[in-house]
Amino acid sequence: MNAIEINDLTVAYQDKPVLWDLDLTVPSGILMAVVGPNGAGKTTLIKAILGLIDPAAGQVLVQGKPYRRQRHLLAYVPQRGSVDWDFPTSVLDVVMMGRYGALGWIRRPGGRERALAMQALDKVGMTDLAERQISQLSGGQQQRVFLARALVQDACIYLMDEPFQGVDAKTERAIMDVLRELRDTGNTVIAVHHALQTVPEYFDWVTLLNVRLIAAGPVKEAFTEANIRLAYSGRVPFHSGTSNGTSNGDGSGKGDGDDADDAPWLSALR
Amino acid sequence: MDAGRLLHDLFFDYTLRTVALGAMALGVVSGTLGAFAVLRRQSLLGDAISHAALPGIVLAFMFTGAKDPLWLVVGAAVAGWLGALTVMWIVRQSRLPEDTALGIVLSVFFGIGLVLLTYVQREPTASQAGLNTFLFGQAATLVVDDVIVIAVLGSVALGVVALFWKEFKLLSFDREFGKSLGIGMRGIDVLLTTVLVIAIVIGLQTVGVVLMSAMVVAPAAAARQWTDSLGVMVVLSAVFGALGGVTGAVASSTAAGIPTGPAIVLAVTMVVVLSIALAPRRGLVWEWVRHKRNQQTVRTGAVLTDLYALASHHKERGHGHKLAVLQAMDARRGGVRRTLDVLASRGLAARAADDTWSLTEQGEQEARAEIARREGDDA
Repeated sequence: MNAIEINDLTVAYQDKPVLWDLDLTVPSGILMAVVGPNGAGKTTLIKAILGLIDPAAGQVLVQGKPYRRQRHLLAYVPQRGSVDWDFPTSVLDVVMMGRYGALGWIRRPGGRERALAMQALDKVGMTDLAERQISQLSGGQQQRVFLARALVQDACIYLMDEPFQGVDAKTERAIMDVLRELRDTGNTVIAVHHALQTVPEYFDWVTLLNVRLIAAGPVKEAFTEANIRLAYSGRVPFHSGTSNGTSNGDGSGKGDGDDADDAPWLSALR
Repeated sequence: MDAGRLLHDLFFDYTLRTVALGAMALGVVSGTLGAFAVLRRQSLLGDAISHAALPGIVLAFMFTGAKDPLWLVVGAAVAGWLGALTVMWIVRQSRLPEDTALGIVLSVFFGIGLVLLTYVQREPTASQAGLNTFLFGQAATLVVDDVIVIAVLGSVALGVVALFWKEFKLLSFDREFGKSLGIGMRGIDVLLTTVLVIAIVIGLQTVGVVLMSAMVVAPAAAARQWTDSLGVMVVLSAVFGALGGVTGAVASSTAAGIPTGPAIVLAVTMVVVLSIALAPRRGLVWEWVRHKRNQQTVRTGAVLTDLYALASHHKERGHGHKLAVLQAMDARRGGVRRTLDVLASRGLAARAADDTWSLTEQGEQEARAEIARREGDDA
């Protein structure tokens, strides 16, 4: 059965469409990257799958059923910057939040939740920091805490918004090991990703997005130079005035302007 | 009044005991809920709620024709709650930012409240007298019935916080993640806001609508300075709230004419100022000391390596160098003389009789280690 099936999904903030008429089928047991320039709707796609935003049209099926009844199958790693890391709480506490949904109302997390959280922290190599106050974590450690929190959800589909944002190379490898292990044990991982040069190495599948779906499929088939150009050379013009040439999709400021000249990462493909 | 006498009255004087108990109870409750409000960056919501409660108080009086504490609190709660929901509604439905919504609700509700209050006070009956103490608060007007209302409603509020501790924590830290878990975060938001409304309205008679938000924000802001645990922060905030409440209420009751609100605000401000200045790790003094210590470490390293560089020009150990030379080498940082004294006290540098400085053997080792450390950082 397919992990995710999206039909005719359109999401608009106020009157500006962010995702336009998207059809996407994600099979189970794959590692899929979602790539596209800034403002392409990558985060919106993740949130729409999770039911965090109401689409203007279309539906999302999780293992064949609407997400409302399938929430327990989904785990979520939000962007690191979406929370206040100065909040007075510890690493272990944050990770245990992943169990709150299964716990239900009012019931407090106990020994079982603590044990599960420690297991998850072990998987991301952070058991020694369990009692650490979260404001003292590095970017990579914050990202691993969020990953551990998703792991304790014990889901089968993992949705991650930029899991490698602001992490060092060593942490990136560690996170990748965890994602591969998830995939190898039959789970599905969908991650918003920015570094195009690592897509072929890290992922099996890729979805190229720029408000509309540009391409989706196995990396070998979908991650072609033509598709990447299509996704990154300005917005797909379905209403005039939005083609502002936001070509440097990774936000690192490298490259500016139009088309081929701004694409040093294309050399990774050749 | 001397301290011993005050302590005696606090336990045995009926009026003072009532006032102190009421102020303590409301301080505990507003401190507890204030912790969540501050962490959710909703400090101003408390201000909007307390101001929005005024028309409710006056309307409750107009309908019942008496100053029954329970009905006044119910009126205040309904109006305050409506105000809070209006803020949420404006933020959700319009493109206005939250601070604008807060400003609108605060001023509109408070304005209506003032109009109603003025109208009621023109009535010939004497029963409305004292209704305007709700503006700035008057702890001296507290009677046992008021304290019972505060205690009962306050216990309900604290009970809800205890029951929904995990949900409130999740809401405050990562609302969207909670929603992704399938937990009804909007319902929890309404619940927490409702409890905040209770915490605020039970304090209005004592502290007044104008300054009640200080009882929500100040104890929590002070508590945040001292701890990195949510549980400890909430308890500390409750303690600070009780402390400020009792101090201010007793001060205003014993010195005739001072409204309680301002007295309480002064008391909690003391706690806030001390906390911002003195708290370990987050306090200003701590910051300053850390900064100075870092500065000294950098200076020591610099002068040490300068001396080492000078020494490398000379064959024999202990060749002295003048202070002026070192000062010239390190012109930007300054404080060379003091740094040399520090080095000397650590046995790393020595001062010769002709007022020149040189490294000791230990100092040379330390300088080599320092240089190695720097190169390690660059690599």
